[in-house]
Amino acid sequence: MKRFLLGLALALAAGAAGAAPRADIVIGMQLEPPHLDPTAGAAAAIDEVTYANVFEGLTRFGPDGEVEPDLAESWEISDDGLSWVFHLRPGVKFQDGTPFSADDVAFSIERAMEAESQNAQKGLFDGIASVNVIDDQTVEIALDVPKSSLLSSLAWGDAVMVSPATAEKNRTEPVGTGPFSFSNWVQGDRIELVRNPDYWGAPAKLDKVTFKFISDPTAAYAAVMAGDVDAFPVFPAPENLEQFKADPRFLVMVGTTEGETILAMNNARAPFDDIRVREAVAHAIDRAAIIDGAMFGYGVPIGSHFPPHNPAYEDLTALSAHDPEKAKALLAEAGHAGDISVTLTLPPPSYARRGGEIVAAQLRAVGIDVAIANVEWAQWLEQVFTNHDYDLTIVAHTEPNDIDIYARDDYYFGYHDPVLKALWDGYQQVTDAADQRELLRAMQERIAGRYVNGFLFQLAKTGVADKRIKGLWINAPTPANDMTAVEWTE
Amino acid sequence: MIRYLATRGLSLALSLLVASLVIFLVLNVVPGDPARYMLGMNARPDTVAALRAELGLDQPAAARYLAWLGGMARGDFGTSYTYRTPVAGMILDRVGVSLPLALYALALSTAIAIPLGLFAAARRGRAADTGVMAATQLGIAVPNFWLAMLLVLVFAVRLRWFAAGGFPGWGAGILAGMKALTLPAIALAAPQAAILARVARAALIETLGEDFIRTARAKGLTGGQALTRHALRNAMIPVLTIIGLQFSFLLAGAIIIENVFFLPGLGRLVFQAISQRDLVVVQSVVMLLVCAVILVTFLVDIAYVLVDPRLRRT
Repeated sequence: MKRFLLGLALALAAGAAGAAPRADIVIGMQLEPPHLDPTAGAAAAIDEVTYANVFEGLTRFGPDGEVEPDLAESWEISDDGLSWVFHLRPGVKFQDGTPFSADDVAFSIERAMEAESQNAQKGLFDGIASVNVIDDQTVEIALDVPKSSLLSSLAWGDAVMVSPATAEKNRTEPVGTGPFSFSNWVQGDRIELVRNPDYWGAPAKLDKVTFKFISDPTAAYAAVMAGDVDAFPVFPAPENLEQFKADPRFLVMVGTTEGETILAMNNARAPFDDIRVREAVAHAIDRAAIIDGAMFGYGVPIGSHFPPHNPAYEDLTALSAHDPEKAKALLAEAGHAGDISVTLTLPPPSYARRGGEIVAAQLRAVGIDVAIANVEWAQWLEQVFTNHDYDLTIVAHTEPNDIDIYARDDYYFGYHDPVLKALWDGYQQVTDAADQRELLRAMQERIAGRYVNGFLFQLAKTGVADKRIKGLWINAPTPANDMTAVEWTE
Repeated sequence: MIRYLATRGLSLALSLLVASLVIFLVLNVVPGDPARYMLGMNARPDTVAALRAELGLDQPAAARYLAWLGGMARGDFGTSYTYRTPVAGMILDRVGVSLPLALYALALSTAIAIPLGLFAAARRGRAADTGVMAATQLGIAVPNFWLAMLLVLVFAVRLRWFAAGGFPGWGAGILAGMKALTLPAIALAAPQAAILARVARAALIETLGEDFIRTARAKGLTGGQALTRHALRNAMIPVLTIIGLQFSFLLAGAIIIENVFFLPGLGRLVFQAISQRDLVVVQSVVMLLVCAVILVTFLVDIAYVLVDPRLRRT
């Protein structure tokens, strides 16, 4: 017995003294990616596994949304803004050992642009006339029209660099240039990545990253509490965050996303074709009540379709301040006396389902009769987004810098405005940062003043992690779990 | 017996054909386009059209139905729209979790229920019987997902004896796999055991009133011997019926438990596939489950005959 105790004590001591920090991590995610090719699908989960881990682009988004050089070290723009010459980083290899060169850049961009391409964000490549290989390390992107957003477009997960040898198999066995290589996928359960020993940059600190898929919020809570999952960067249930805050083992991370949550109104259909009705809806909404009631206080009010953390943001919430009396007066002025009866179509996320209940109650308070219809995503995409068959809906638009959706003719808002279109075209052509900011402000003001939609709040990114983990992104400028700099501190 | 098998076999094939038609029709009426779901809000219409063409969704419904049937007849279940891998392989992986889980839960529930039923029947009307009946009433009333959460909170979050969920894969060893399935199996088995114990008790009590039990007692068997040797076998028909129903339920109905324990089983696959409109997967999994249910019913029918020779004449 004595020997046993001694042995145990020694083992414990050795364990404590020699304990190197863990070199593996388990990251929880609510949704499993359907496949792993970010250039052929819109699911955020694809980027949450692969972005900056497996795949890299010419440029990339940093942790706070800044656009940084990645596989392109530097670039020059011609005076007319129509020719961009990119200098590629030397010594870069794909994870299968083939060297990365200018030919791969041309291949990747042309593949995304071709007619039968299944790229979900083809608009990123609009305006590109051709991609010309100058030498192994130099490539020119020639444009038809100036495109000030080119660098940020190239930073998207949908614009990453792929190899001609492996592109067709990226769905199940992705090969990129990033710090982690794909290792294993147990469908329905987990995906495993391992460190890429031949990475061109500072090597990843972890040996192995496991993404585990837990869709049920209660199960996610139990998995974090039981220590089965080390971090859950986008935790599905804000109501559990207080419990994590109270537990010294965990750190709750609250950051920003690019998700403007809006009460979209069908501008092409009565009664929302009347700006007075839209303005009435805007004044009927109490944002604070929605954020507290539906999001447990996480979220920042917005007065237009623009994220508050962006330097070009302008606070326009006063234009649509909560004022039920004004809403009623506007409805009366528009000739409505309790005769409006509309349907609020809600997709599955809790911001929509919970927020929808509150919005409906607030609209009823000013005399608008609202019926709620809950739908699945697939049905929402078909009925609301594609066929424009809806009155009101709540949805978060998560793409960065997406105010141009108000300049699109066939968009589901049914909003057609030559003024806004002219502003967006102008924005694409200016390259000076101050001019760009000016135009972005003008666009925010325009859609806020036209009361195109009810602007609710900027979706927060709320996550939880073991306190000993360092280097996780707090914000979500793009869907990503960049694991390169993540490590255990003890 | 052969004629019996032949008629049963024919009705089985017909049931499958009707089921396939109903499944296909229902899934084609449901709104939602798998291609649009995959490509999201920013995709261009021509991109969506290109994907639809690649997936064969631009074909007329009748052609897709026949292609699906033909493929299944050849053992080809098709390729998943979203995962782009063969459906047969995906289903096989998931069956590797769902089937052992269903069998594990069924074994647990039967192992608990039969002795409990015998025990209660032997002491019918007494305090022990009342106690068992009260416990089974509770077992039926408690929803299995609630019991599952309770098990997770106690055994995973507090005691740390088990993981909160997930499945390491059979590659990690039989024991590790069984361990991962233990809490889910208990959660699934408890309500089933409660139902089965009540059915067993009722059937046993009914047979205990039969003449042959009196004869058995008269020739000198004790109450317990008469119960296990004569009553049990004669009470098996309703018990087998329930076990058969329960197995089908456990195989197909574990969706909620699979979600609570995030197990990569068939239920979660079909749940995910429905929301993604991955119709090929939904169709194939539902067909497989229909097959399993019909097959189990068939096996139970045969088991009746084995247990009760009187049925052979009908």
